[in-house]
Amino acid sequence: MTTTDVEAFVQDIRATGPQPAGPWKVAARRLRRNRTAMAALVVLIVIAVVSLASPLYAEHVARTDPFVSNVGGTTIVDGGRVDVLQESGGLGLGVTPIGPTWDVRHYFLGADNEGRDVAARVLYGGRNSLAIAFGAAFGCFLIATSFALVAGFFGGAVDEVISRGMDLIWAFPVYLIAISISTVLLTQNLELGPIELGSDSLILPMMIIALIFVPYVFRPIRGQVLAVREQEYVRAAIAQGASNAWLIRREVLPNVLPSVIVLLPLVTAINILVESGLSFLGIGVQPPAASWGSIIGDGQGLLYSRPWVAIAPGIMVVLVVLALNILGDGVRDALDPRTKLRVER
Amino acid sequence: MSGVDGDALLSLERVRKYFSTSSRRLLRRPTSHVQAVDDVSLDVRRGETLGLVGESGCGKSTLAACIVGLHELTSGRILFEGTQISGLSRRRLRPFRRQVQMIFQDPYASLNPRKRVGTLVGDPLRIHGVGNEREIRARVHDLLSLVGLSPEHFNRFPHEFSGGQRQRIGVARALALSPKLVVADEPVSALDVSIQAQVINLLDDLQDELELTYVFIAHDLGVVRHVSDRIAVMYLGRIVELAPAEALYAGPVHPYTEALLSAVPIPDPELSARRERIVLQGDVPSPIDPPSGCRFHPRCRYATEICTRETPALLEHGSGRLAACHHPLDRGVVAARASGGARL
Repeated sequence: MTTTDVEAFVQDIRATGPQPAGPWKVAARRLRRNRTAMAALVVLIVIAVVSLASPLYAEHVARTDPFVSNVGGTTIVDGGRVDVLQESGGLGLGVTPIGPTWDVRHYFLGADNEGRDVAARVLYGGRNSLAIAFGAAFGCFLIATSFALVAGFFGGAVDEVISRGMDLIWAFPVYLIAISISTVLLTQNLELGPIELGSDSLILPMMIIALIFVPYVFRPIRGQVLAVREQEYVRAAIAQGASNAWLIRREVLPNVLPSVIVLLPLVTAINILVESGLSFLGIGVQPPAASWGSIIGDGQGLLYSRPWVAIAPGIMVVLVVLALNILGDGVRDALDPRTKLRVER
Repeated sequence: MSGVDGDALLSLERVRKYFSTSSRRLLRRPTSHVQAVDDVSLDVRRGETLGLVGESGCGKSTLAACIVGLHELTSGRILFEGTQISGLSRRRLRPFRRQVQMIFQDPYASLNPRKRVGTLVGDPLRIHGVGNEREIRARVHDLLSLVGLSPEHFNRFPHEFSGGQRQRIGVARALALSPKLVVADEPVSALDVSIQAQVINLLDDLQDELELTYVFIAHDLGVVRHVSDRIAVMYLGRIVELAPAEALYAGPVHPYTEALLSAVPIPDPELSARRERIVLQGDVPSPIDPPSGCRFHPRCRYATEICTRETPALLEHGSGRLAACHHPLDRGVVAARASGGARL
């Protein structure tokens, strides 16, 4: 830009007057004023940051590798060195892992059956759980929104084909289809062109969870597209000569995006639950990697002696799901107080 | 209004638009059709304003949508400057879209709530790839002042405006591409009466300034009278009378026009009391199964047996006026009877 260009631009801005906040800014402002939603957001951010910092914790604070078993290891409690896996009293059968020491440097939440630091595993597990849940949500929304736009906009045979395809997935109970796909994919590696996804890949559960929720997101958004498509301003754009791409991108999408965003946190919350469920059953995140669900699974046998192994990741799941739901309600109130959109199950 | 020089800018030839009422489900029920527009032929002359009036549901808006290419015709054709524009693919229709623009009835629904005014008015230019962003911006400023809005409104959203201002935005948008023909579909019926006059005067001024041709749709004769050179009266999808505006108001030929005219309010209680008010019996029949013969006969007080049998043709009744009626009203008698109405 030359100086005259800049001057002209500045004059232009002056001539067009102040710029009122757009609908997104207005919604963001409304959301910021919602204290409950903001509290939920803070909880989420704290959990996410702490989870992301899990390698730092494992390496520099706990000084442990939570992915290898540490059956013969020792740690320090109250200045004295003790075994991580202690002889069980009474019958003298087997061993019991050490319980919570409440000392962040030494097995804060105790150890699991393999002598691994539960606190470190919960943090690493959180990283995986959150990555899968958010990744799956974004993938799911990308697919569902694209299909919903195409189906709702073009209607007719296109809509029929896409909608029936969605019904095919919809027809299965969520867990049933998730379990079947996981079982199949875990037993044989999935090859997508040059990319080969092994059973230890996080992408696998992410894809499965994204896929199974596509119809649940597709349906309400397609409904919105159908409604927006009949609006007079869309007809106006057609009369002006707009192409289909223009109509979808510039007229329809901006008007369904609020509904899409309202659904996003709610679906993410459900994803957390499904991921935990799959990992608990052993068909989500594969050992030695951890997720909250798999740690709960590890803690299952220790419920009577060392309940914290299962309770700690359980609390995390509850916190995150609760926070996401509260945030979702806040987002809905901020964006579009009138809609009553929800994920049907 | 501006002069009429006779040559047709837009021609409709036997335009039909039927809507199928059968559902697209697996089991098709016998199809029935809503005959929204049935066999309409008319010319719109360069520079004139053609008023199109009729009750709700008579097919005016459908006809407007056909003209701007929002509907495909069931049969017939539409010519713009002698070139057929009906039945063209959307791509080939694009150059004509620049020439024919529309002002919509509802100034609330016809503006995308998520766009700023500057974007709304400039979008037709972007759609047709006219000019760069700087030029579009300048053009939008010009358009805004042309329709009586301030450049300061550039960044506002539609919901920040009153109905009249919104309709001005709609007018600016319709004019962005410098069209030759503007189809105004009841542009003022959603507005307060005081605002109606402003918008109508604006359209009137713009016509002179920009040499526009209007197809102006309204459901009452009072509104179109101010703007129209000629008026076409529609009933149940057909044109029943087409006449120069003054002649139509002086003495209608078709009984339906007579009834419509008698319903125009007169702002003078004495005249109003003296005038005979013709109240049509019954409702508008269903366009799915329109009456035989003359579609108006069940509600017409002059109807005879022939009206139930034969469809009246649109015939010449004096200079430049057409009417489709077996019992056209004697113009002299009508003029005397409706002398109150003539001075509306």
